[in-house]
Amino acid sequence: MLQTKKISSVELTQTFLARIAQHNPSINAYIALDEAKSLAQAKAADALIAAGKASPLTGIPIAQKDIFCAKDWPTTCGSKMLANFVAPYDAHVITQFDAVGAVNLGKTNMDEFAMGSSNETSYFGGVKNPWDVERVPGGSSGGSAAAVAARLCAAATGTDTGGSIRQPASLCGFSGLKPTYGVVSRYGMIAFASSLDQAGPMAKSAEDCALMMNVMAGFDERDSTSLNREKEDYTRDLAKPLQGLRVGLPKEFFAEGLDASVGKVIDEAIAAYKKLGAEIVEISLPNTGLSIPVYYVLAPAEASSNLSRYDGVRYGHRTAEYTDLMDMYCKSRAEGFGAEVKRRILIGTYVLSAGYYDAYYLKAQQIRRLIAQDFVEAFKHCDVIMGPAAPSTAFKAGEKVDDPVAMYLQDIYTISTNLAGLPGMSVPAGFSNGLPVGLQIIGNYFDEARMLNVAHQYQQVTDWHLKMPQGIE
Amino acid sequence: MALSIEDIKKVAHLARLEISDADASATLTKLSGILRLIEQMQAVDTTGIVPMSHSQDLSQRLRDDIVTKTNQREAFQKNAPVLGNGSTESAVAEGLYLVPKVIE
Repeated sequence: MLQTKKISSVELTQTFLARIAQHNPSINAYIALDEAKSLAQAKAADALIAAGKASPLTGIPIAQKDIFCAKDWPTTCGSKMLANFVAPYDAHVITQFDAVGAVNLGKTNMDEFAMGSSNETSYFGGVKNPWDVERVPGGSSGGSAAAVAARLCAAATGTDTGGSIRQPASLCGFSGLKPTYGVVSRYGMIAFASSLDQAGPMAKSAEDCALMMNVMAGFDERDSTSLNREKEDYTRDLAKPLQGLRVGLPKEFFAEGLDASVGKVIDEAIAAYKKLGAEIVEISLPNTGLSIPVYYVLAPAEASSNLSRYDGVRYGHRTAEYTDLMDMYCKSRAEGFGAEVKRRILIGTYVLSAGYYDAYYLKAQQIRRLIAQDFVEAFKHCDVIMGPAAPSTAFKAGEKVDDPVAMYLQDIYTISTNLAGLPGMSVPAGFSNGLPVGLQIIGNYFDEARMLNVAHQYQQVTDWHLKMPQGIE
Repeated sequence: MALSIEDIKKVAHLARLEISDADASATLTKLSGILRLIEQMQAVDTTGIVPMSHSQDLSQRLRDDIVTKTNQREAFQKNAPVLGNGSTESAVAEGLYLVPKVIE
């Protein structure tokens, strides 16, 4: 539409900014906006389009999760610790979007340091689910999720360490993809658990996610875990028919703990895939239940190490009154971090401390291998794995906030793919009591193009991804 | 194994987090719950299984030993915290960061 000049990027950006001004006060999806910066990028994009130098995302307004450093933008990671931090450089993901002339529409709210599944741990307040403002949007990419669902952006970025793209995509009813670990550079993306963190697209449709992936993915030497692979066109397989596709259903994803009404929606989605020519295969991922205990050793361990950089010396919060250096560290960190972040730092410090390392950290790494091997075995019998992305629909704000273990169980179906390093998606598959339900599609390593194909074909015969919450038209 | 208040305080000190007695006791309850969840791992026999630290089997890339970064001290120091202890100045001086005296 931009290239046929029906609407300019400036007009499109202004439209979204007006929608944000109208709806953000009730949803709290954005925590930083800069109209002048966004419109300057839109103007530059219009010039590129006029000069015939446009690519698919030129001039498209994208919301950026506040975990990505964007030069001269506040970058807080949802924390008081970084409330005054203005990024002095761009994350690789930001550079990639700038290079194609996309517009940075603003920074989105998130659970503090990406630790949460409801966006309630943000220092800047919770985000409301546009489908029901009394409910949470999921997390940690809750602001991006609400912005996509409420059409307060064309698309958004997110990050997924244990489900932070897919669970909110499920709870807010849109398409979200966590790529294979190493496909998108982590440079300039504030670290939580470095062996699990991966950025990905959050958008209305699988096709939009594919276009986003074409921009986000690629080798970057500044991230030591970035994979040096040939550039891919993630849209290449979208149109392929699904005849003969082998879909694996892990029995552990349909066992106790899954809300029956969510299970029903997933069953209907599977039936739609059968009609599209897919063959259903029963598989087993026997160690699924262990993924949560393993994750809550490994992720906090890595986080306790990553977050040791926030000491109040060079940037971030420093306490107002202190006696000596130790006092300054301890007070600055106690004041700068919220309760959930402190809990995870304490767990991480404990499991790494002398005497416990073998029993917890090493043990968790061993079981991590068992979990990864489950997938290797499963993919011998199927091309993609399907199941629910989250055990329930969006829950009410405050419902799980005092019970960390109940909150952690939200990620039961998503965490194992992070541990294995596999790509996973959530696509809208229907509703339960008026709330969206996401179908999870898990692919083999580097199989994003096939997963996007599988999602896109479903979106050709269903319209769940086009549904919009009421009251925000 | 059960955690005590002393364990919480010790770990908080290792993590450089100041913690009040009231917070330590609230934290004890929540952390004990999380540790019970983690304990599920102990039922698994992992004899002989090689620990998996990373999802991709890669070796570290090497690069030529040349300068790749430019000096951006001024830009970086704009993010320095406020000095504190009565001062509202930024905690930098002559290109250095200011902290309490650590040697006598």
